[in-house]
Amino acid sequence: MSDTTPAALAPAATAGTRKRRRIRASDIFDHAVLIAGSALMLIPLLMVFQMATVPDVEVIKTGPTFTIGDQLDDNFNKAMFQASGFSGENTGSRMLLNSFILGIGFAVGKIVIGMMAAYAIVYFRLRFATLAFWVIFTTLLLPLEVRILPSYEVVQKLGMLNTYQGLIIPLIASATATFFFRQYFRSIPEELVEAARIDGAGPVKFFIDILVPLSRTMIAAMFIIMFVYGWNQYLWPTMITTEEDMFTLVRGIKQITQVMEGNRIPEYGRANLLAIIAIIPPVFVVIFFQSWFVKGLMESDK
Amino acid sequence: MAQVSLNNIRKVYPNGVEAVTPSSFHIQDGEFVVLVGPSGCGKSTLLRMIAGLEDITDGTLKIGEREVNDTDPAHRDIAMVFQNYALYPHMTVRKNIAYGLKNRKTPADEIARKVAEASALLNLDEYLDRKPSQLSGGQRQRVAMGRAIVRDPALFLFDEPLSNLDAKLRNQMRIEIKALQRRLGVTSIYVTHDQVEAMTMADRIIVMNAGKIEQIGTPEEVYHRPASTFVASFMGAPPMNLLSAQARDGSVHYGDTVVTGCNGTEGQVTLGIRPEDILPDDNGPLAIHVDIIEELGAHRLLHGSIGDDRLTMHVGKDTPVSTGPVSVSVKPGAASLFHHQTGQRL
Ligand SMILES: Nc1ncnc2c1ncn2[C@@H]1O[C@H](COP(=O)(O)OP(=O)(O)OP(=O)(O)O)[C@@H](O)[C@H]1O
Ligand SMILES: [Mg+2]
Repeated sequence: MSDTTPAALAPAATAGTRKRRRIRASDIFDHAVLIAGSALMLIPLLMVFQMATVPDVEVIKTGPTFTIGDQLDDNFNKAMFQASGFSGENTGSRMLLNSFILGIGFAVGKIVIGMMAAYAIVYFRLRFATLAFWVIFTTLLLPLEVRILPSYEVVQKLGMLNTYQGLIIPLIASATATFFFRQYFRSIPEELVEAARIDGAGPVKFFIDILVPLSRTMIAAMFIIMFVYGWNQYLWPTMITTEEDMFTLVRGIKQITQVMEGNRIPEYGRANLLAIIAIIPPVFVVIFFQSWFVKGLMESDK
Repeated sequence: MAQVSLNNIRKVYPNGVEAVTPSSFHIQDGEFVVLVGPSGCGKSTLLRMIAGLEDITDGTLKIGEREVNDTDPAHRDIAMVFQNYALYPHMTVRKNIAYGLKNRKTPADEIARKVAEASALLNLDEYLDRKPSQLSGGQRQRVAMGRAIVRDPALFLFDEPLSNLDAKLRNQMRIEIKALQRRLGVTSIYVTHDQVEAMTMADRIIVMNAGKIEQIGTPEEVYHRPASTFVASFMGAPPMNLLSAQARDGSVHYGDTVVTGCNGTEGQVTLGIRPEDILPDDNGPLAIHVDIIEELGAHRLLHGSIGDDRLTMHVGKDTPVSTGPVSVSVKPGAASLFHHQTGQRL
């Protein structure tokens, strides 16, 4: 570290004497690309937000405009606390809760199962460990969407329709986490395992005291990916949940714009606001775990 | 503290490699034994079998009075220091040192006392709350030592613990480890491929080659009376000069010159002479043509040729030297003789 300091100081010093740095054409280009990229991402979001603040009639009449309306409060109340549908159970907050249960349950379940499977494959002299791994690995080729009908039938026969287990467990069954944890465990030096053995750590102790803490960056990365993946599930929740109190946000939003009683206008404001609310938790998960993830990466050197 | 005895210990890896041929030796209580040999000769394999990290294919291993062939590493009452230290990266130094004790359900106050003792002994007090990544190589090495000594094991095992350190630190740690072992009196087995480490640290050296024990002896024995040409050329830097010579009528002839006496040997032999046993001597019987002089400060190495053979000699800094022909003699009684084919000492 110390030998890099003079080199790092040098450009700063010359920049200081010259006061103003010349702006190069390539800088302008880089920034233009970045700005264009973020605009591409942000503008639709801002449009949705704008449309959540004006009365629904206006959305139909004029579409997105540049004026911010006064309906935000009203729409927020409707979105979070007013039920649509028949049973009165699918309020925004209920759906938010369901989404959280799905996202967290899926991420945690996947990480736990994946880690344990990888642990068995990497550290135990199982007769068919490699074969077992490749069998697990091939399930990567069979995502839930491919096996959705048999999965549905199994879940239905087990009586798990409209339950959280039914929502979460079939999604967990895939190899991604096992694969990543296996690769990671194989990069942990053999000596560490041996040192722990000599230190009297049995298989369970080694897993909990050494492997889990060492894998925390990996766990954080997995959690980000899996939570967002679980949160954004649409097809499976749509099939498996028919009762409105089990709806997740992603699935429920669609329901709102579909409800057309008589000649009422769909509740665009409410749906738009819910869409924005649905984005917030994944964004926070990414922001929170990312900093943790980077910190972990810098601190530990296997 | 314990004696260790190996009886015809052998290792065949599942892929059929016989890494250690049947080997036997006995280590005394409190002895510091160094296993030395070139890369791939099976030193680590032997050590790891003693540690219980590798299964023993054949033979019996005793630590103390107990046969431990099938005992788990945790229950062999050993501690091991690894080449890359193998510290737990997510634990502080304190926790690293305490982990083995904690797993053995040692009471917390005793753990605290033992960790404090070890860290005082190893000058680790100010680092106890750091993570291994915030330590230098030498400090990590000391933490690894600390982890080994807190457990008061019967046997220390070291697998090339100093090879990741720079030369200066290596010399320093070498002395520290040796002093610590003396002080604690724990039987130790130390693996290295560095013959200087072997010479300086060992009570006894075990020289291995290709899975076989070539010689077991004190550093003096191994250096001055090597059991084979392999040991002669492996131990010592620069290695022993090996010349092919003729034994007849009770003396060894190199060309037409009588170099040293011998008894009971006739015919072709390999003559081994340490570089420092070749003395410049204006009336000496051998003539060397020196072509390179290596200046090492305290002494010099002269490399030259004699007949068709290459030869190295070692002279003090006060001896005047120059390239070109030099007359030398061999220190009486210093030459070793080996069988010219098997390489075994005669
Ligand atoms: N797990 C293994 N499976 C098969 N062969 C092995 C295994 N480990 C080591 N060997 C072989 O056994 C022999 C001895 O290896 P070992 O690691 O004991 O050597 P070493 O003397 O410690 O060498 P170094 O000084 O390089 O560490 C080598 O030929 C090596 O290729
Ligand atoms: Mg080795």
